[in-house]
Amino acid sequence: MKHFIVVAILVIVCTFLVYTGLTAIGLLPIQASEQAIVIDELFDVHIALISFLFSLIMVIMFYSLVVFRRRKGELGDGAFIKGNSGLEITWTLIPFIIVVFLAYLGAYSLGEIRRIDLTALQVNVTAGQWYWQYQYPEYGIASTDLYLPVDRQVSLDMTSNDVIHSFWVPEFRVKMDLVPGQVNNLRITPTITGSYKVRCAELCGASHAYMEGNVFVVEQSEFDAWVSEQQSTVVIDPVLRGQQLVQQYGCTTCHSLDGSSKIGPTWKNLFGHQVTLDDGSTIMADSEYLIQSILEPNLHIVEGFPANVMPDFKDILDQTQVESIAAYIESLK
Amino acid sequence: MKKFFSLGLVRGILWQIFGTALGIGFIVLVRILMGLPAWKAEPAVVFGALLGAIFFLIGVGAFTDWYKMAMGEEVPEEVDESSLGWRRYFGVSLDHKVIGIQYMVLGIILMSIGGIFALIFRTELAESGMQFLTMIEYNTLMSLHGMVMIVSILVGIAAIMNYTVPLLIGARDMAFPRLNAFSFWIAVPAGLILLSSMFLGGFDTGWTGYPPLSVRAPLGMQMFFLGVSLAGFTSILGSVNIIATVIRLRARNMTAFRMPIFIWAAIATSIISLTATQLIGLSFELVMFQRLFGMGFFDPVAGGNPILFQHLFWFYSHPAVYVFVLPGLGIISELLPVFARKSLFGYKWVAMSSLGIALVGFLVWGHHMFTSGMAEYLRVPFMYSTLLVAIPTGVKFFSWVATLWKGKIIYPVPMLFTLASIVVFLLGGLTGPPNATIATDLHLQDTYYIVGHFHDTLFGGFMFPFFAAVYFWFPKMTGRRLNENLGKLHFWLVTPSFFILSLLMMRVGLLGMRRRIADYDPALGFDNYHLMMTICGFLIAAGVLVFIINLIRSAKSGEPAPGNIWNSRSPEWQVPSPMPVHNYDKEFEVVGEPYDYGLPGSTYVRFEGEEHHDQP
Repeated sequence: MKHFIVVAILVIVCTFLVYTGLTAIGLLPIQASEQAIVIDELFDVHIALISFLFSLIMVIMFYSLVVFRRRKGELGDGAFIKGNSGLEITWTLIPFIIVVFLAYLGAYSLGEIRRIDLTALQVNVTAGQWYWQYQYPEYGIASTDLYLPVDRQVSLDMTSNDVIHSFWVPEFRVKMDLVPGQVNNLRITPTITGSYKVRCAELCGASHAYMEGNVFVVEQSEFDAWVSEQQSTVVIDPVLRGQQLVQQYGCTTCHSLDGSSKIGPTWKNLFGHQVTLDDGSTIMADSEYLIQSILEPNLHIVEGFPANVMPDFKDILDQTQVESIAAYIESLK
Repeated sequence: MKKFFSLGLVRGILWQIFGTALGIGFIVLVRILMGLPAWKAEPAVVFGALLGAIFFLIGVGAFTDWYKMAMGEEVPEEVDESSLGWRRYFGVSLDHKVIGIQYMVLGIILMSIGGIFALIFRTELAESGMQFLTMIEYNTLMSLHGMVMIVSILVGIAAIMNYTVPLLIGARDMAFPRLNAFSFWIAVPAGLILLSSMFLGGFDTGWTGYPPLSVRAPLGMQMFFLGVSLAGFTSILGSVNIIATVIRLRARNMTAFRMPIFIWAAIATSIISLTATQLIGLSFELVMFQRLFGMGFFDPVAGGNPILFQHLFWFYSHPAVYVFVLPGLGIISELLPVFARKSLFGYKWVAMSSLGIALVGFLVWGHHMFTSGMAEYLRVPFMYSTLLVAIPTGVKFFSWVATLWKGKIIYPVPMLFTLASIVVFLLGGLTGPPNATIATDLHLQDTYYIVGHFHDTLFGGFMFPFFAAVYFWFPKMTGRRLNENLGKLHFWLVTPSFFILSLLMMRVGLLGMRRRIADYDPALGFDNYHLMMTICGFLIAAGVLVFIINLIRSAKSGEPAPGNIWNSRSPEWQVPSPMPVHNYDKEFEVVGEPYDYGLPGSTYVRFEGEEHHDQP
């Protein structure tokens, strides 16, 4: 009996210490969305349960290891106890109840974070290797940074141009994959203004680590100002438009502008020069070559660079866009 | 020199090289005859590798007896290979103990290779920014670390099951010795093909190989798919053998609930491997065909569906986790009573919990796909089924600590590793439910938290029990025991560093570190954490190195241990070590319960012609 009292006290003390310790060190990033608040409440239940179960098993185990160790000079075996059906049924049934309760909480939280607000802001997200692109159909604008008004739900309809990506802003907690050929929906209600990073969470190829984008949560007035600024900026100069597209699609992740070698060939001094291909032949880098290489990159592989890395852009960009990018590359002499 | 070429392994590799060349030549010839350009790397290399694997098996001699049988020639029922000495470990042997040791050595070699991969990319991660690897090199190493380790675990559990199952149930050998040898030898060319992916452009998809990314990956991807598909035969055929052996070849009176508890774990594991492994092979082969023949199984443009792959893949790969851990949990249950000097608490419950985990494990695969955009109504039932796994797992933990309660516990090295297994697996188990309740998983999915969680389950459920099992049964294999001091050094190098490593993995994951990234944003402030993780990784490697040195030294000159050094009730310890060629010279009969420590005068087994066998 004495053993049980000591163990019970130790379990309570240990549970308290583990729980306080875990909550004190700050396990999660800041809560910047309504969904994060719901999710963190569930995390808290988990942490409490983990603290208790960890303490329960560990205290009994280490107590036994110390108290029931074989002391010097002792021979003999332990007590002859083979089992206890009552205990076994107890530690099957109680966990069962806890598990069902947890599952209920899980389903409830899922319902809360999927709650639909009819006034939600609609944003269509398209991802590709390795860029994020956002369209605001209500305003007819597109952007590579995600601007969101604070305290208003946003409904993100997301798809991918090539492989699977995943949209994750840790401060918002929720995450959803972007799968080619289907549209997945994610709802977020940001609650704190500031700048965040969206980080691609599904391995998407060589530059996966760098597939990050800016997310700005701003006051409604600031958001409106940004929208009208976007609507009024229509770029006419093809070089400038090309530069914008290059940023938008993250081309410079692989192609440097300063002559250094990255995953793909550099663009500096590319236009008007002979390029050696992997079959030994050479080709003149004129506008036609550049446009062809953007539309179907695997047609000509430059010597020393791998094939099948750059995606085909023929379904992604229209003729003017490709020409603008070629014009921009031409300007990089 | 002639002796060197008579080794099965050497012949096998030479034949594999020849077969690969032949396969490549064949494809080139066919393409010329069809009027196509002669060289296309992908079909040539894939066919060459497949033919190379078959030729390896012919060269090593895995088909020889079957060929003779088909030709109507006599093959001996049992072969005495002891005259071959150490050479029998390098060729086809039908002795389950030799095959068990072959598996063990292959497992440790693969584990070391996978571990070295981890050390390389862990060093890259010690600091933010790219230091010495390129992105594609990082991804290849990270992906291969995953799959090489998985194969090494499958080989490792095959090692323990092959060596111990016939001994524990009193069989002379496995039910199908030739199939047993075949299952081992196919793992060797499979491993070579898997590793060859590194030299064929690598691949960048992680061990999951999700399309469409895996459809666009370099040629190395195909070697990965082919290697894993072939390695799958090891699991499938090996489990057929285990199940048949246990059902048919048990000693007299060894009823279901008087089997050693590890046998229950081996059966549960084998049921999963036998029925689920096909699905990972299938899903990988579908992507192979999509790449080779343009069949658009997972290509949305051609009417395919990328999510379908994930369902097929996880239908195996989740139960596979239980394939990895159930034998380890069985080892914990098997060794704990020996060192606690007390009966296993609730034998039937522990046995049934293994089957329970195996069966529920088939219904939970969807929890890997909570963020994939699969049908919304599927997420909740998968959450319920996933959480149910906690119940049989809990039964095991409670039974273990109840086994320790009021024991007379002793602490030799195998017990230290057994106890560490319990703590580590408890951490792995307790960090699981947050991944099951969907809302919290939306934060955790694809982060380092998951990496920490599954390293805990695999170290607690496989790595530590594997070490415990090797320390425990090594005297049975060699007649010598492993050095205790080196064993303790191994334990203390590995255990604390592993705790720090996995807890830090979870910490950075919760704070926003994604998994499978070659570089991380310095603004997140993770540099110091990663440096510590890297140091811990190297300490673990140092511990494993001590272990390998201990194995080699003790096999040659360890302290002789011919008798029942652990004072166990199990039948294999009632006869001298090392074990005779066909196991027990005299058959035994089960006359008691396996774990009745503390019951005076009782024994588990009685050998033929023996009236009384006193248990000290």
